[in-house]
Amino acid sequence: MALDQIFVTVGGLGLSGLVAWYFWFSEKKAVKVESSDSGIQEAVIKVKGGYTPDVLIFVAGKPIRLNFIREETAGCTEQVIFSDFNKTATLTPFKTIPVELKIDKPGEYGFQCGMGMIKGKLIVQ
Amino acid sequence: MSKNDSSTNNQHVHDPVCGMEVKTPSKYFIDLSGKLYEFCSDKCKNKFELTPHEYMHKPSAASNKTTNDGIEKLQLPIQGLSCATCVNTIEKEIKKLPGIKSVAVNYASETAYVDFNNAETSTSAIISAVKNAGYQTGKSTLKLGINGMHCGSCVSKIEKELARTRGIISANIDLASESAIINYVPGSLNVNEIKKIIEKLGYKTFDTSGVKPEKEKSTDGKREAATEDVDENQVAREKEYKTLMQKFLFAAILALPVVFFSYPTVWGLPEQFQMGSPTLRYIWIAMSLLSLPVMLWSGSQFYTGAWAAFKNRSANMHTLIATGITAAFLYSVIATYFPSVFPKAELADQFFDTIFVVVALVVLGMALEIRAKGKSSEAIKKLMGLQAKTAKVLRDGKELDLPVEEVVLDDVIIVRPGEKIPVDGVLVEGSSSIDESMITGEAIPIEKRVGDDVIGATINKTGSFKFKATKVGKDTALAQIIKMVEQAQSSKAPIQKIVDKVSGYFVPGVIITAILSFVVWYVFGPAPQLIYSLIVFVTVLVIACPCALGLATPISLMVGVGKGAENGILIRSGEALETAQRLDTIVLDKTGTITEGKPSLTNVIVVNDFTEEEVLSLSASVEKVSEHPLAEAIVKGAINKGITLVDPTEFNAVPGHGVEANVNGRKLYLGNLKMMEKFNIDLGGLEEKSTQLADDGKTPMFVAVDRKAAGIIAVADTIKADSKEAIVLLKKLGLEVVMITGDNKRTANAIAKQVGIDRVLAEVLPEDKAFNVQKLQNEGKVVAMVGDGINDAPALAQANIGLAIGTGTDVAIEASDITLIKGSLKGVVLAIQLSKATMKNIRQNLFGAFFYNGLGLPIAAGLLYPFFGVLLSPLLAGAAMAFSSVTVVTNANRLRNFKPKTK
Repeated sequence: MALDQIFVTVGGLGLSGLVAWYFWFSEKKAVKVESSDSGIQEAVIKVKGGYTPDVLIFVAGKPIRLNFIREETAGCTEQVIFSDFNKTATLTPFKTIPVELKIDKPGEYGFQCGMGMIKGKLIVQ
Repeated sequence: MSKNDSSTNNQHVHDPVCGMEVKTPSKYFIDLSGKLYEFCSDKCKNKFELTPHEYMHKPSAASNKTTNDGIEKLQLPIQGLSCATCVNTIEKEIKKLPGIKSVAVNYASETAYVDFNNAETSTSAIISAVKNAGYQTGKSTLKLGINGMHCGSCVSKIEKELARTRGIISANIDLASESAIINYVPGSLNVNEIKKIIEKLGYKTFDTSGVKPEKEKSTDGKREAATEDVDENQVAREKEYKTLMQKFLFAAILALPVVFFSYPTVWGLPEQFQMGSPTLRYIWIAMSLLSLPVMLWSGSQFYTGAWAAFKNRSANMHTLIATGITAAFLYSVIATYFPSVFPKAELADQFFDTIFVVVALVVLGMALEIRAKGKSSEAIKKLMGLQAKTAKVLRDGKELDLPVEEVVLDDVIIVRPGEKIPVDGVLVEGSSSIDESMITGEAIPIEKRVGDDVIGATINKTGSFKFKATKVGKDTALAQIIKMVEQAQSSKAPIQKIVDKVSGYFVPGVIITAILSFVVWYVFGPAPQLIYSLIVFVTVLVIACPCALGLATPISLMVGVGKGAENGILIRSGEALETAQRLDTIVLDKTGTITEGKPSLTNVIVVNDFTEEEVLSLSASVEKVSEHPLAEAIVKGAINKGITLVDPTEFNAVPGHGVEANVNGRKLYLGNLKMMEKFNIDLGGLEEKSTQLADDGKTPMFVAVDRKAAGIIAVADTIKADSKEAIVLLKKLGLEVVMITGDNKRTANAIAKQVGIDRVLAEVLPEDKAFNVQKLQNEGKVVAMVGDGINDAPALAQANIGLAIGTGTDVAIEASDITLIKGSLKGVVLAIQLSKATMKNIRQNLFGAFFYNGLGLPIAAGLLYPFFGVLLSPLLAGAAMAFSSVTVVTNANRLRNFKPKTK
């Protein structure tokens, strides 16, 4: 094996490992949402190519309000689906669209766009 | 302000019955447990006296009134109260506000009663307190056009004035579009009053799109978003489509010369355009410059999308495309500007054509997908568009044209021929035929008389009539249908789980595959290795289509559920749909499902020279005063035949036997065999005929006149017109059809024979129905139960699929997985056929998506090369990727043409 081939092989394997680590194994940064005085756990989620933040931590049993602001017109993110709760919201671009939930059971609940390409997660503790 | 003035000088209260404003003190009043109730008329007062409890805590539109000392009394409807403890949460939240004298939230009536000092706090503050507690108040949103505003100060002037008005929650005025969006509490003021306020300030108002109702369950925000902004979303989608098409055209037009000069040998171009020539080098430089706007404008969404995902440690289609074209670009730029970097001259090739073509095609695919997806959600849009905008309400003897949101319970509404019925109700005057096809799917107009239910959003065909509103706002059949359809469309079919498992690994997996393919081609591939490696790397990235996978299930579900709603079939969830297509046994409740559920007159048999008319007339006259359920059937049967009835005398009911009475001087006996024996009446051959009728599942009654047998009158619960046909179709679908009933075996078998059912579960007590369903399930069967959802709810819940046959306007039957709005068994057939069609469509989509990716990725990686010497061009890969997701959506849209099979 020539030097360049060894270099490419090692580099390729290393890069693959990096990809796997970054997307699958690295710890995602979760945002812990504090509840306001009125007891609502309110968060703003920016929608642009993805959800920012996309992992949110809540306390069980208290009302949750997620304010989605879709800052793009790309069709994919038009809908946000909470399939655990049979809930969908149509996100009108550049408007705040609230989605209100109350989750009593701790666990992880995913949400995603209409095509499932973009995902987020609610962690309820 | 006029309203406040009038209410202080001239006190008004609300009539608890009709909700009308009544001047106080009113002539009509009742003092009940220390509280004074005042009415508009004697009629309302009488109604109240009959059932005071119904009105004392009646949920109503919000209302408020002000006392002289500035204490305002507000009644606020609250939505989404799901538990009694919620009451405390709301009360606590409201009490935090200053100036609150008292607050009581009634769980049953879903209303908050607040007394507050209007100098210290406002209606909108109370509403936001309710919201803070996590609940939504009933409110209406008015969109109004305003003429004559010239500057920002006009805007603030109107906004201020509106904000001061009691009952207005918020007002947003947009100068540019000359329009206002006003949220207000219906009942405390109406549209005309709002208009007057604005007009008093010197502006003109005009209607833009009318009043949009506040959606049910705005607690989740989705209804609000879904309807109120439906047009806005459509506009956004249109805009996006146009932008994408422009991006496509830009990239596509530039792609033509780029592709032309990229393959000089293929087109046989002259020497100066071949590899290595200085002319070609200039052309490459031009390409490299042109590729920048293509990547950064036409393909900008790939980069923004990829970056946003990358920051969130996730990857999507954009990641793949962005990585692919960036790799192609970097290599080509080096080849163009620094060809000497490469050890061999032949390695200094460019891939600009890939960038142009892939960007153009993928963008085109995205545009086409937007178009196709718009069609997929047409069903729900159609449903939303059905809602009537206005209602002609009769209040105080005057006919008022009100927005439909201001219609309250028990309003009497006038409907003329050709008009839409605004809300659900009961017909109280007149008659007409009504086209209910938009709700029930039933094509033939239905004749309606006094006492019949009418459904909102259906269309009155021939006559004029008045009806009393029984369900308004979120409770109407249409509102419930829309809610159910939306919930079902956003539910997840179990089959989707496979996709969910895959999708998290898919995109990074593709990236790793691309990298490893590069390595393999570099190490083991033919020369020039670097070129081949790069082609394979880009092709793998470009061909993978995560969208097709992600779209496959939800898009078909959306079309299928929507199609069901169009045909009067409400499917609760994707799971219900998936279970419905693998049923093998269907249990039909007899009464109300196979049969009409109401007895009617079927036979009149006469003996001893009596005529049919005579016997029927005499019996019906006697039964007129009887309270037996079968009596009603006889009376109705006689009236339908045009027979006039007379009042009987000396009516006497013999319990367990029958009745006797005098009619026109003749003594009549009507009853069972025991009755005839008791009075020693010779029945002749009638007894045998009676047994025959009983064998047919009918209930025969002997008639004797002046101690002489006159004949038999038989009544039976008649079988619905199309039950037999539907059962044949169910059997054709491969289902075992079982009838369940509380009737005795003889009657049950008779009915079963008539409709062609082989297996009968008779003499089943209502509470044992669920147990019987379970027994069938224990036989290893997937069981559907069809019933009316009233007394068989446990059985519906026990069954794998519970289908409730709707009655009137009650469509959201909790225990059911599928609700059939139309009362016909044909709906069951249609529901199962539709489930099968939808699941087939989903499977096609999933197969297509998995097959495409499963086949496309290895081919792109060059698996065919060692065997056939074939390597996929990245251009083809781009085309395949662009059209795979369009294909999925198009395939789902085929479901829109679903037609029930009736043979």
